Amino acid sequence: MNNKITCECGHVNPEGTELCEACGKPLTPQQPGQDNKNESLLNMRYDGSARRSQTYNRTVIDKIWNFFSSVKVGVWLIVITLTASMLGTIFPQEMYIPPGVNPSVHYEDQYGLAGQIYYQLGLHNLYSSWWYMILIALIGISIVIASIDRFVPLHRTLKNQKPKRHERFMRKQRLFGKSPSADTELLKQQLKKRRFNVREEDGHILAEKGRFARWGPYVNHIGLIIFLLGALLRFVPFMYTDDFVWVREGETKVIPSTEGQYYIKNEDFILETYDEDDPRYKEALQQQGGQVPKNYQTNAVIYERKDDATVGTDPELEVLKETHSKVNQPIKFDGYSLYQASFQQNEFSSMTFNLHDTGNEDNVHGTFTIDLSDPQSEYELEDGYRVVINEYFPEYELEDGAPVSKSKYPKNPAFVFEVHPPGDAEPEVSFAGIGRNIDPTNENDYKLGIEDFEMRDVSGLTVKKDHTLPFLGLGGAIFMIGVMQGMYWNHRRIWIHPKDNEVWVAGHTNKNWYGLKKDMERAFNDTGLSVPEDQQEIKAASEKPRAKEDEHGVKHNQQ
Amino acid sequence: MQKKKRRLIFRTVLLTIMAGLVTYALFANFTNDDPVVAEGEQAPNFQLTEFGTDESKELKDFEGKGVMLNFWATYCEPCKDEMPHMEKLYEEYEDKGVEIVAVNLDSTNLVVKRFLEKYDISFPILHDKNGQVMDLYKVGNIPSSLFINAEGEVVKRVDRQLTLDKLEGYLKQIQPDA
Repeated sequence: MNNKITCECGHVNPEGTELCEACGKPLTPQQPGQDNKNESLLNMRYDGSARRSQTYNRTVIDKIWNFFSSVKVGVWLIVITLTASMLGTIFPQEMYIPPGVNPSVHYEDQYGLAGQIYYQLGLHNLYSSWWYMILIALIGISIVIASIDRFVPLHRTLKNQKPKRHERFMRKQRLFGKSPSADTELLKQQLKKRRFNVREEDGHILAEKGRFARWGPYVNHIGLIIFLLGALLRFVPFMYTDDFVWVREGETKVIPSTEGQYYIKNEDFILETYDEDDPRYKEALQQQGGQVPKNYQTNAVIYERKDDATVGTDPELEVLKETHSKVNQPIKFDGYSLYQASFQQNEFSSMTFNLHDTGNEDNVHGTFTIDLSDPQSEYELEDGYRVVINEYFPEYELEDGAPVSKSKYPKNPAFVFEVHPPGDAEPEVSFAGIGRNIDPTNENDYKLGIEDFEMRDVSGLTVKKDHTLPFLGLGGAIFMIGVMQGMYWNHRRIWIHPKDNEVWVAGHTNKNWYGLKKDMERAFNDTGLSVPEDQQEIKAASEKPRAKEDEHGVKHNQQ
Repeated sequence: MQKKKRRLIFRTVLLTIMAGLVTYALFANFTNDDPVVAEGEQAPNFQLTEFGTDESKELKDFEGKGVMLNFWATYCEPCKDEMPHMEKLYEEYEDKGVEIVAVNLDSTNLVVKRFLEKYDISFPILHDKNGQVMDLYKVGNIPSSLFINAEGEVVKRVDRQLTLDKLEGYLKQIQPDA
C-alpha cells in the first residue's frame, strides 16, 4: 500500500501533495477551493504541500490529531473563547464584589434577574471555571498540532524545490510573462545585487529571498506556547505565590506562604498627602475638594527564622533587612516581594484614663495608661485607689442588649471598670469607651475620663513570588520576533524558464506584490526581460462578474 | 510502513503529554482552595504555651490518644456556645483516651483570663497569640474543630459550631481501641 505520487519530473511526493515539491506541477486534477478552468491561478497555500492531517485518518489518534490540526476548528475555539471572555465582563467577577457579601444574594440584589442568571450560570467565576480553562487548553493544543502539521511539510517543500519548474506551474502563477530573449548573466548579477539567492539548473533560474519570513507564524506560535506553559506554572506553589498580610505598627508577624521562614515587623506606616498651602498644588487640590495622598509607605524590618523548631514556639529571628515598601516599590527578599497594598487607620494602641470625682473633674485621683495590646487586669493609682478591668471589648458592640467584641482588634475599645477606693469601701462599676461613659447605678462617686489615646496604623501588604515572569517574558519576546519575521519580510521568488525561442518569467510572493514587481523592474533592467503582468488584475478588469471569486483567490495566494 | 508507525507514536506521545498538562492544570486549580490539613491527612505538629502556665504543649505529646483540636476566640459567639458542650463531655472522654485541646486565637491575655474565670473550663487552652498554628492549619472561619485519631490522622474537620450530639459522635470516632 503506497500512496506516494511520482511526478513526471521523477520526484516522489507524499500522498496529498497538490503541487510537486520539486517542479511545481499540479498533481491533482482539481484543487479544492478553486475551479478547474484552465486559466485559474494556482493555489499556492503552503506551496501545495501535503498537510498530513488531511491524508491520514485511520486510527483514533489520527482523528483527534486531525481535529486539532484544522484551522477552522482553531478559529472556532478562539471565537468561542472570546465570546465567553466577553460574557465574564458583563458584571463584576466574584473577586471584585465587596468583601464579605454573599454572592448568591449580591448579584440578584444589584442586577436583578440578569444578575441571578449570571450567578447561577457560574459566570461570576468565569475565568477560573473548568470549562474556560479547557477552552484555553484546547486552543493551546490546536496551536501546537496545527503548527507541526503545516511547518513540517512546508519546510520539506521549500527545501526540495528545484529551479526547473513545470510549464503549468509557470503559466498559472499570478505574475507570469513571456519575453523574446534575455541576458541571463546580467540578470543573475542584478538579482544578486538585489540580495536574491540565485540557483540555476539547465538554464532555468530560481531567485529567492526572505524565505525565513515563512517561519514567522511558527516562531510566533512557539512564543505563545511558552507563554501558556508559563501561565500553567503558576499552579506550582514553588513558582508562584500570591498572599496578603495585615501587620500592625510595632507588631512582628510571620509572612504567610513563606512556610514560616520569614517575619515582618511594621515599624511605621506613613501616609503623606499633598500640601494644600503649596502654590503648585493649591488650585488642583481645591478642585479636588479634599486631601490627595502622595505617598503610602511602610517602614519594616524583615527577619529570617534561624531555628528549626516546631511551629508555635517563639522563633529565633535574625534581621535580614531594614527597609521600606512604597506603592510600586516593593520590599524584595529571596524571590518574594512585599507590595504596599492597603492600610487601616482606625485602631487604637493605648488609652489613658484619669479617675476623678463625679462632680468635679479637677479632683483627680490618678491617671493610668492601658496598652491595648497587653492590658493589665489591675492598675494601682495614687492614695490607694485601684482600678480593675473587669471586661475588655477590643471592638465593642451591643448585640441583643449585651456588650460583645466583634474582633480582637482595638477598633472601638471599651471597658467595664471596677473602681476600688482606698480602704474597704465597696467597689464601683462603670463602663467607659470611646464616646461613652456609663454609670450603671447613677450613684458613683468616681468617674473615669479619657485623657488621651494613641492610634496605630495597620499596613496591608501583598506577598508575591512569581518565578513564571521570565517564561512569560521569553514567550512574549519570541511571539514578537515571530510577528516581525512574518510581517516585515516577504518571501519572494522569481522563476526564469527558457522555452523554445522565448523566456518565461513567473513570480510569487506571500505578500506585498508591489514590492516583488519593483524587485523585478530593477533586476530585469537592460536584460531584455519585461516585467510580467499581474494575471489577477487582468482578470479582475476583464471579468467583472467574477471579481468576487478572484478576491477569494487573492486570499488563498497570500497564505 | 515504518514511517507511519513512527508518526502514530509521535502523535500519541504528544497528545498524551498535552492531555497530562491539561489534567494537571485543572487538578491544581481545583485543589488550590482546599484546606491544607484536610480529612485523611496527618495533623502537623505544633507547640504552644498552655494558658495561665509557663508550660508548653506539643501535639506530639498526645500520641496514642485521640485529640479534638478546637480553634476558638472570645469574640466568636458560636465558639463560646459550644464550649460548655466540650466541657460536659471532656471528663468522660478523657478517661476513654480522648483529649480536648482548645487553641485560642485572641491577642490579649486579659480577655481570655476573664473568659476562663466566667466559664469553668478544665481542658487545656493553648494560646496561639501570633496565629502561627492557625496559619499552619489554614483555619479561616472559627469555630473550627479537627478530630484526630490515635495515629495522628485527621478523621473529621468541621468548620462550624457543633451540637452536643454531633460532638459526641465525632469524639467516639477518634476514641482509641481499648
